[in-house]
Amino acid sequence: MSSQPQGWEMQQEHSREQRFRQFLDGHLEQEMLRFTTAGSVDDGKSTLIGRLLHDTRSIYEDQLASIRASRVNRSGGEVDLSLLTDGLRAEREQGITIDVAYRYFSTSRRKFIIADTPGHEQYTRNMATGASTADVAIVLIDAKAFQRVGELLPQSRRHTYIANLLRIPHVVAAVNKMDLVDYSAEVFDQVSAEFSELANRLGLKSIEVIPVSALSGDNVVDRSQRMDWYSGPTLLEYLETAPLALREAADGPLRFPVQLVARPNAEFRGFAGRVERGEVRPGMRVRALPSGRVTTVKRILTYDGELPAAGFPLSVTLELEDEIDLSRGEMLVAETQSAPQVHSSFRAMVVWMHEQPMNEGRTYLAKHTTRTVRASVRKIRHRVDIQSIGHQQTSQLQTNDIAEVEFAASLPLFFDAYADNREMGALILIDPLTNATVGAAMIVGAVDESGHDATSEERDRFGEQEAALVWLRGREQEAVELRDRIRQAGRAAVILDDRLIPDASLPAAMRALQLAKVTGISSRSELSHSTLAALRELAGPRFYTTTEAAATLAHAWTSQEAQ
Amino acid sequence: MTADKVASEGIAKQLHHKRLNHLQALEAESLYILREAVAEFARPVMLYSIGKDSSVMLRLAQKAFYPGKIPFPLLHIDTSYKFPEMIAFRDEYAKSIGAELIVHRNEAALADGASPWKLGTQNCCAALKTRSLLDALNEGGFDAAFGGARRDEEKSRAKERVYSFRDAAGQWDPKNQRPELWSLYNSRLRKGESIRVFPLSNWTELDIWLYLYAEQIPIVPLYFAEEREAVIRGGMITMVHPGMQLLPSEKPEKMMLRMRSLGCMPCTGAIRSHAETLPQIIQELIGFRRSEREGRAIDHDEEGSMELKKREGYF
Repeated sequence: MSSQPQGWEMQQEHSREQRFRQFLDGHLEQEMLRFTTAGSVDDGKSTLIGRLLHDTRSIYEDQLASIRASRVNRSGGEVDLSLLTDGLRAEREQGITIDVAYRYFSTSRRKFIIADTPGHEQYTRNMATGASTADVAIVLIDAKAFQRVGELLPQSRRHTYIANLLRIPHVVAAVNKMDLVDYSAEVFDQVSAEFSELANRLGLKSIEVIPVSALSGDNVVDRSQRMDWYSGPTLLEYLETAPLALREAADGPLRFPVQLVARPNAEFRGFAGRVERGEVRPGMRVRALPSGRVTTVKRILTYDGELPAAGFPLSVTLELEDEIDLSRGEMLVAETQSAPQVHSSFRAMVVWMHEQPMNEGRTYLAKHTTRTVRASVRKIRHRVDIQSIGHQQTSQLQTNDIAEVEFAASLPLFFDAYADNREMGALILIDPLTNATVGAAMIVGAVDESGHDATSEERDRFGEQEAALVWLRGREQEAVELRDRIRQAGRAAVILDDRLIPDASLPAAMRALQLAKVTGISSRSELSHSTLAALRELAGPRFYTTTEAAATLAHAWTSQEAQ
Repeated sequence: MTADKVASEGIAKQLHHKRLNHLQALEAESLYILREAVAEFARPVMLYSIGKDSSVMLRLAQKAFYPGKIPFPLLHIDTSYKFPEMIAFRDEYAKSIGAELIVHRNEAALADGASPWKLGTQNCCAALKTRSLLDALNEGGFDAAFGGARRDEEKSRAKERVYSFRDAAGQWDPKNQRPELWSLYNSRLRKGESIRVFPLSNWTELDIWLYLYAEQIPIVPLYFAEEREAVIRGGMITMVHPGMQLLPSEKPEKMMLRMRSLGCMPCTGAIRSHAETLPQIIQELIGFRRSEREGRAIDHDEEGSMELKKREGYF
């Protein structure tokens, strides 16, 4: 063998390797999109997901072989693609899916995460779960059923309502089973018009309507040859190009909830967290909440080096110029940008997830950003009838109910309305006895003591310190009476004797109360020297140790109101 | 060790264009999860299996707590049937990054001669992996254990939570898992209960390999193809290993082999491959479409067998 061909082979090998490296570099640049699918059992949702996976060649040979060999085939087609996404044993036996399942596939442009939510009665709870992290919702609409009934099925309205409730940025109606209506443009146009009308009524901002057949693969991944009247994107084309939430999130005001204080040695103190909104840069003036202290960001640290800027959803560690008090559950915001609302009473849309009903008067744990507080259900304003999207009166919520609820929290939260910022407006409710996650809530806005929606003027008086601190050592009953009295005067007051608030955290708690203009009352028998000193300094002349003095305050407020 | 050089673009440039690639997005999510768990649990531990997923998880832990050290120990459940290359790699790597390593064996079962030949694959796993793991978690008083499981590995894992709740007996009940919304994870526990935390939930096998490549993370050399001695046993390519008893009919042959996932020597099959570098492995992965757990004897004993194992406490 001469050396010539060998050298040629090596060259060939080399260029193949190079081509692959280019491919690889391209692959490393893929973006990530999360979407959820909403549809009932009969809408063909599992088949649609199976089709997406199959036609993007995301199915392994052995998996495909196993569903080909399966005894079950409900599809009427050659292979039951819906079996690809059927999970647990119990579900296989019952032929239904009962929980959110996550699937993955990628194309040359994007990696996709599908939150596949089941379509039967646990529907609301599961769809809300899948929707909470989604950039896009695909609502399946059965074209054949539409043709038969002449209007959108209630389930499609329900799915669209939930997609909107959870503020999924983009909603796509996949009008499925076009094969069963002879690929009729007329049927599609009718569905499209009705869906657009619904979306408009709900206030959805970004919608798309696409005619597909999951069973035969039309317009899912491959463009249909049988619907030349349709010129819009295929479902996959849409998913590959839909704008990502991350771009929008980078433009808002900075929100940096602290997850952990990093203190690897005596010289270094950093604050680990995720940028939930906006962008942080070294040199930026930031305000700590609740202390109100302003300092400058010194460095943004990561394992891979310092960053010139960091935005949503990066997890970084911030080093600040000054030593300030800041711990988990607290927050950094930009000095010159709008601040979050600081309030302990708020109203929220609740999706109830547990068999044990939610009752007025009950107290739950609420986890919001990195902060956990107690939150009592003050009032259920109304339940949403998901069929008619009308309001109903009730004092109790059952599993899968959606309602607007007023809460009173044990400590103020720093929040934005969920509609403006999902991460800053979302919270989960935990039963303090069983520790089960029982509900999800999306904050609409602050409310005042009498249950009126707080005005922006009330909310924005930053730095005013009209709230008092009352320490009634060991006198629990008096503390409760005083709280009630102050509340009767139309002012907010909370009792700070909660295991969630250790002694050392009391000053930060007090500071948060001041921002929210809530009076704090404690009957703790012990306060450490440093805590007491800090509280005295914070409250100044509004630090009281007797009911009488504090009652005078309540009285003063009452008479002010009377005037 | 073959680790390919790749020019690291860094996040800064990406941010400038308000765009993150999927690995950066996955990484950011994983760091968030790791930090949440460390902030809220009293005594977390990281299950370290020495495999590629563990290698990624370990790097993510280094990143999450930078500039500090990893604030929890690593726990390796050693069945005594692991490849010697794995053990050597484990000890060297843990030392090089300054991590605390706990190695736990079910010594009682091993003294009784527990082996896949004697007990069968399922019972052997139950004794040397599941029981051993539960004992180790109990002994250490750990209330949270990080695991490298991914949802794309197997059907029963597709519904797994990031925080997977285990009762006081360490058991997993698919019907009794907490709903998980946004990134608000519920870490509340009663005494004896625990949570398995899966920071890699949303990663796929391909993501893992791409990340190993992009980050130049060291992995056990068994992942790379080399000429190795093996026999075909029960349809599985079994590498000749220390303590192996060859059947009279078995004649070891030299073949180009590599492991796609690392487990115990008798029960983990190798695949024929010429992939000697990470890009070659990725190329091979994109080219061949068989799920990675297929090479493991344990998953095929019975339909839905992974789910059964999980209920008992296995990962």
